[in-house]
Amino acid sequence: MVAADPALDLPKPENRVWKKFRSHKSAMLGGILVVFFVAIALLAPILPIPDPAATDWSLVRKAPSAAHWMGTDEIGRDMLSRMIWGAQASLLAGVISVGIAVAIGVPLGVVAGYFGGWTDAVISRCTEALLAAPFLILAIALAAFLGPSLTNAMIAIGISATPVFIRLTRGQVINIKVEDYVDSARAIGLPTRLILSRYILPNVLPPILVQATLTIATAIIAEASLSFLGLGQQPPAPSWGSMLNTAKNFLNQAPWMALWPGISIFLVVLGFNLLGDGLRDALDPREH
Amino acid sequence: MLAFFLRRVAIAIPTILLISVFVFALQKLLPGDPLLVLAGEERDPEVLEFLREKYRLNDPIPIQYLTWIGNALTGDLGTSFRTNQPVTQLIAQKLPVTLQLAVMSLIFAIAIGIPAGIVSAYRKGTVTDYIANVVALSGLSIPNFWLGIMLILLVSVKWQLLPASGYVPPGEDFWLSIKTMLMPAFVLGTALAATLMRHTRSAMLGVLTSDYVRTARAKGLSERKVVLKHAFRNALTPIVTLTALLFGELIAGAVLTEQIFTIPGFGKLVVDAVFNRDYAVVQGIVLVTAVGFIVMNLLADMAYFLLNPRLRSA
Amino acid sequence: MKYLTLTTAALALMATGAMAQDLRIGLQEDPDVLDPDQSRTFVGRIVYTALCDKLVDITPDLEIIPQLATEWTVAEDGMSIDMTLREGVVFHDGTPFNAQAAADNISRSQTLEESRRKSELASIASVEVTGDYTLTLNLTAPDATVMAQLADRAGMMISPTAATEAGTDFGANPICSGPFRFVERIAQDRIVLEKFADYWNAEAINFDTVTYLPIPDTTVRLANLQSGDLDMIERLSATDLAQAEADEDIIVERATSLGYDGMTFNVGNGDRADNPFGTDGKLLRQALSLSIDRQALSQVVFDGVTTPGNQQYSPGSNFYAAAYPVPTRDIEAAKALLAEAGFADGVDIEVQAPNDTDSQQVMQVIQAMVAEAGINLTITSKEFATMLADQSAGSYTASLVGWSGRVDPDGNIHQFVTTDGGINDSGYSNAEVDRLLNAARQTNDTAERKALYAEAQSILSEDLPIVYLWHDTWLWALDSAIEGFVPYPDGMIRLKGVSKSE
Repeated sequence: MVAADPALDLPKPENRVWKKFRSHKSAMLGGILVVFFVAIALLAPILPIPDPAATDWSLVRKAPSAAHWMGTDEIGRDMLSRMIWGAQASLLAGVISVGIAVAIGVPLGVVAGYFGGWTDAVISRCTEALLAAPFLILAIALAAFLGPSLTNAMIAIGISATPVFIRLTRGQVINIKVEDYVDSARAIGLPTRLILSRYILPNVLPPILVQATLTIATAIIAEASLSFLGLGQQPPAPSWGSMLNTAKNFLNQAPWMALWPGISIFLVVLGFNLLGDGLRDALDPREH
Repeated sequence: MLAFFLRRVAIAIPTILLISVFVFALQKLLPGDPLLVLAGEERDPEVLEFLREKYRLNDPIPIQYLTWIGNALTGDLGTSFRTNQPVTQLIAQKLPVTLQLAVMSLIFAIAIGIPAGIVSAYRKGTVTDYIANVVALSGLSIPNFWLGIMLILLVSVKWQLLPASGYVPPGEDFWLSIKTMLMPAFVLGTALAATLMRHTRSAMLGVLTSDYVRTARAKGLSERKVVLKHAFRNALTPIVTLTALLFGELIAGAVLTEQIFTIPGFGKLVVDAVFNRDYAVVQGIVLVTAVGFIVMNLLADMAYFLLNPRLRSA
Repeated sequence: MKYLTLTTAALALMATGAMAQDLRIGLQEDPDVLDPDQSRTFVGRIVYTALCDKLVDITPDLEIIPQLATEWTVAEDGMSIDMTLREGVVFHDGTPFNAQAAADNISRSQTLEESRRKSELASIASVEVTGDYTLTLNLTAPDATVMAQLADRAGMMISPTAATEAGTDFGANPICSGPFRFVERIAQDRIVLEKFADYWNAEAINFDTVTYLPIPDTTVRLANLQSGDLDMIERLSATDLAQAEADEDIIVERATSLGYDGMTFNVGNGDRADNPFGTDGKLLRQALSLSIDRQALSQVVFDGVTTPGNQQYSPGSNFYAAAYPVPTRDIEAAKALLAEAGFADGVDIEVQAPNDTDSQQVMQVIQAMVAEAGINLTITSKEFATMLADQSAGSYTASLVGWSGRVDPDGNIHQFVTTDGGINDSGYSNAEVDRLLNAARQTNDTAERKALYAEAQSILSEDLPIVYLWHDTWLWALDSAIEGFVPYPDGMIRLKGVSKSE
């Protein structure tokens, strides 16, 4: 696999990385998409839009119009406003839970893969236990003990996404640790900490970046199934996932109810993936 | 290799025990009383108490676990609260369904995801690459229920090409069985294909610029051989890891897709069982899923060895 | 040669005409165990209507009519019922049906430890077999509800031979005396029944097999009907009604349910009853009820298919107390009640609701409606097992619950609001209501019973331990080739007289 060459990185690596990143057109597009949605999420309270919880019984499931650009939902609420307010919950659910999974999964995977033996056995067997336990049980248990909130939903999703990161990281590390340059680094007595951060981690990053950007989509959708169990965003507060969930019953009668959250999730995921690609290329020392 | 294999098989048994304790404990922690659901709308207290005794729910939880594991060792996984069916029978009915769906979905995922990933990496930055990426990411963000219902409305209702839903055992009518499973496998497969495509692309990008690919090219090997043999082989680690995980997840069941296409597999069964607190059914399925994950992880670890000559010598 | 071809074609045609006819029915859920004494789901009862005959049946107007019992008379003092049974009936395993078989069945329902029918038959003290086809039910007290109970699972006759042999495993291979016999069942996939040749009323049955397929997703269930994979579906979703009606190959049938949906309040079930809407919260419950626009609720969530309600039965039905009509929304009155209760600045309430989309939608509509009166409602969605446990333990303030409905009014109300009622989760207790509902149980005079229920209603509409909201409408969608289907308010699918044209 790829060897990070420290010599190239020495003179102000941040500058070089940023320069490469900026010249990466699709990465910039990804960045713009992400910034756009984050901005919308943050600006929701000051944008001139109706209350996302305001209902109108005469406007149930109405198609997009001049008054309601994105149409109305199953109980006559403005879809545009709900999309904008829902961005907050959905982005948080997507990003934070993936953050949790990466923060736990990657270090555990590195340790398991690099040290092997009993450490690996213990971590791997626990991973298998976590994989085999139905997510639903975990979620109901958490909902019961931690109480209903978006934060707890993020924890539940994060925990359930962790095993993938452990397995991915571990697989990469197992294969890299036998490379010549890692052997020689060990031979010259480089401390483990440095070997891990300088040689192992950079090679683990590409698949992790890919997986993290993909898991964001899964996490946004999973938040909805949790709000159904009483975990996650509570009604009437909106989230894209729960909007999508409701839309399921109205695919024929009100297709726009599924369309907007679907497109938004797609764009956010596209944004993060393009960003991830850009980051990946920028960090790849051999590509200039 | 053999020693490694045997050691892992030996370790599998305590692992399964660990998992069964873990899930058993977790289930007992859940709020809700299975018998209130079970006793019927009238909830006759006399029946409630009798059932509690019958299913030994008045015993201390560790005793309940020991009873369960004791029976399990003799091949008795208990009976479903809900349908009175033996859990072993339920598993025997559903495992072939789930396996068929898992295998067919994985075939779709691999057949679409990996070639798309290789082409996309090879043609990085071109229109082909962009299109492949956008298609893959839409495959991931289009909810399964949406794609599923749209396919049913189009293919079954409008064109009347394939059965809308249900399951036909392959032993009964092989082609009809494949035809019935085609749409659900496609729906599940596309989402997984996206993941495989993105990982293949990323891993291939990493190796296509590496020294040994450059060397292989310099040696005058055909481009096809360079890409497919030298580069792809070295890009396989994350793909193997993921395929193993995805297959394990497929065995655990794909609830929404099963529900939409009314496939009697594990996914729907386990969700219903969790909601009804049908403890024995959940335990039984978790046992199967656990074996699935352990086997797949073992295969992945063995694949690492086979793919990486250095690991073999180490 | 030509002749031969023609003859073959004619033969083939005739063969098609006489071909085994299969009826495929899409169900919303997979039934539970198929033992009438042990089962508890609504959907299971749909399968029983084809599989197991009962002592008596009902008409769409809820009158009790003969099925396996041809005649019955209630004694003057109401303490016993003489019954004459149909002759020449056999169970699917060939066991003859007679008075002894009927007595064995009632005994099984009452004594099998797993039986869920005990409370339904509690008033039967003993069964006397007085002849081959006659028997007498001796009651502990006059009970107007017995015959209605025998028109449901408690009156289903199963083969005593099979019941003795199989014991509690009877459900794995149920043997009854209905028009169809059990063939196979694959959990969550299908239940297959075939015509029972020796059925006493076999000429009224026009199908050779019936296949029940549980298809939980409503859109997919309808799609299967449209694609021709199914002949009939039950519980068409209200929001799919317009689409189904627009399809000329589909017929929609409907009947107002005997059940209700409403909000149960904790008024005396444990410590949690001590809340503004609880024990002393009569005024706030009235305010909440007044602030809900039931018509709009039905329109918004169910496209107007459900019937707004305020009592155990829907307006217009036989036992509806017309003196207490469905209240119209009155926000000012609701606010005034809030002020009178000392909550002029608003009040908070937490309501638990099942985690399905319909309930969530209902709760969000109610949330918005009551907010205008100053009631700040939070929704706690719970999965069914948790909700049920919390409800019976009194660990709730208010709960959105439904009841599938019973043929006799007693089954719809007595157990919920009498002090010792088996499922009085509300913890409601009122001596006068107890007296009225007990009296209504003990008389067979319909006019007198109506008066008693109306009187109970006068108290309950004030106290509101349960705020009734709406009554579902059962919707069946059928392929236009299906003829002779009759909708019943109990939501069942009776196959007698149903046929499929070519």
